[in-house]
Amino acid sequence: MTTRDVRPNAGRRSPAKAPRRRNTRMIPRVVGFAALVAIVAAFPLFAGNYPVKLIQEILIWGVFAMSLDLLMGYAGMVSFGHSAFFGVGGYVAALALLKSPGLISALLLPALAAAAAALAIGFFSIRVSGVYFIMLTLAFSQMFYAVAFQAAWLGAEDGVVGVPRPAVLGWNLASPAGFNLYLLALVVAACLLLYRIVRSPFGHVLRGIHDNEGRMQAVGYPVNRYKLLAFVIGGTVAGVAGSLYAQLVGSISPDAFLWTTSGEALLMVIIGGTGTLGGSMLGAAAFILLQSMVSSYTERWMLILGLTFVLLVLFAPGGILGVLRGRVGIRS
Amino acid sequence: MSHPLVAFVPDVFGQALNGLAYGVLLFLLSVGLTLIFGMLDVVNLAHGSYYMLGAYAGLTLIAVTGNFWLAVLVAPAAVALIGAAVERTCLRPLYRRGPLDQVLLTFGLIYVFEDLVKWIWSGRIRSIPTPALFSSSVTVFGATIPSYRLFVIVFGLVMAAALWALIEKTRLGAIIRAGVFDSEMTAGMGINIHRVFTGVFAFGAALAGLSGVIAGPIQSAYPPMGASILVPALIVVVVGGLGSLKGSLAGSLIIGQAETFGKVWLPGTSMLMIYVVMALILLFRPQGLFGRPLR
Repeated sequence: MTTRDVRPNAGRRSPAKAPRRRNTRMIPRVVGFAALVAIVAAFPLFAGNYPVKLIQEILIWGVFAMSLDLLMGYAGMVSFGHSAFFGVGGYVAALALLKSPGLISALLLPALAAAAAALAIGFFSIRVSGVYFIMLTLAFSQMFYAVAFQAAWLGAEDGVVGVPRPAVLGWNLASPAGFNLYLLALVVAACLLLYRIVRSPFGHVLRGIHDNEGRMQAVGYPVNRYKLLAFVIGGTVAGVAGSLYAQLVGSISPDAFLWTTSGEALLMVIIGGTGTLGGSMLGAAAFILLQSMVSSYTERWMLILGLTFVLLVLFAPGGILGVLRGRVGIRS
Repeated sequence: MSHPLVAFVPDVFGQALNGLAYGVLLFLLSVGLTLIFGMLDVVNLAHGSYYMLGAYAGLTLIAVTGNFWLAVLVAPAAVALIGAAVERTCLRPLYRRGPLDQVLLTFGLIYVFEDLVKWIWSGRIRSIPTPALFSSSVTVFGATIPSYRLFVIVFGLVMAAALWALIEKTRLGAIIRAGVFDSEMTAGMGINIHRVFTGVFAFGAALAGLSGVIAGPIQSAYPPMGASILVPALIVVVVGGLGSLKGSLAGSLIIGQAETFGKVWLPGTSMLMIYVVMALILLFRPQGLFGRPLR
């Protein structure tokens, strides 16, 4: 970057004070994060199969929602086609794991495939913005749905079933506790990666683009390249989430590509609060817990879920974290 | 042995008529979508739900009264009331916020409406009986097609002409066009723009409901029908150009044909057809066929 000097607010504003303030704010967060990880790691020891599976589902959808939040909350790109990458990751993982159940099949191939899909879709989509971007990304993901739904070699409507869990370093992950640790390790890695990215200079540029694209362009940033890179990173992480989902459930169906899958992820991000990675995980937890709780009490869970979203959008625009910040005084 | 064309031409003609029938149904649906977008800046994801509500309201009205034509008249009115209520209570508070909140709110409404329909009418696939007047088939240029489809085509084209007259030739139409162009300025001219918003939203919902009733005898009613018709309708709007009535008509006819001929000629990849058509059109005209240039 030759234009580094002119970035507004890129460096620390007051170098003398910043490190101390940062440390005092970081400690409770790190402790809280570590405690959460420890609880989830130990969860299979004291909980039954169903709650463990629920937690794992939350983690996977949380990562998916976080990858979308990178696009929405930071780069300002509201994508309605994020399911494309979730599905590509899931399908590639499912097909590869059936051939050889190792880490390459479970992680590397799905991530690469999702990155390639994101590069192709992003190349066309980032040229437009706003509603056109929403529509274009939606249409691209529906293309994948159409192909998966009709292609016999992808199992057509039924998708790919009987997906085995991988063996990592000779350690078979078929057992729930083993899979839980493996999943948790990957989710933690994804969280730290995304956290690093949004705190990096790159993340600040994305926020700058969100706030004022024209100004960033004028200041000399190749805005489209930044947006494309963010799109590819988000897509790759979403692909890994899709792969983990296929491993958890043991199957993947065309519904993974459906535009409503993207819509659900969007809801999770919004429920939690956009532009707050932790909020996305919180939103995923709220969404999945609400769904499982309401559906165990009544058949009308869709109605209650839908009404909850409508009320949330109307009365809690900042999401759960927004409400917490307003009421309890938690700062960003 | 006759020449292959002897069978080919009537077959193509018959398929073209099928595509036309599907196209005019999409048109009725997408008019509301494009007007609502043009004027209110709302991507109404729940628009397919009005189509579904129209079909089910029609189902009940026919079951109660036994009269298809009464259902065609009353069901859209009922859907219009629901649309007006949604606009007043849910969307109006959101106009000052970004488009995202509206997208999410209407996404939530899809769940609400779909589950309500399942609750009231059960999740089974239900078919709407074809009205007795059009229960026969006719042969046109060697192609045999149900006369009901011909009725749908004629009805749709008449509706298109009526809508064009309404929007282009009346004072109300002038207000709507002004609102699509610049709603703030229109309000500044002394028009009660909020009432126009509600009216346009209700009118769009009514047209979607009408499309649902009319589609009933062709494509039976089932709860996820709203969410599944929405995507082709959105594509029509994008292809035609957001906010354009002409574009909505052109887009519907193109997508109707693409979908129908895709099913006949490329059965293995037919679902892909409409997306390919959309991608091709957007590649050369990013603003759609009749849309205002971007930015």
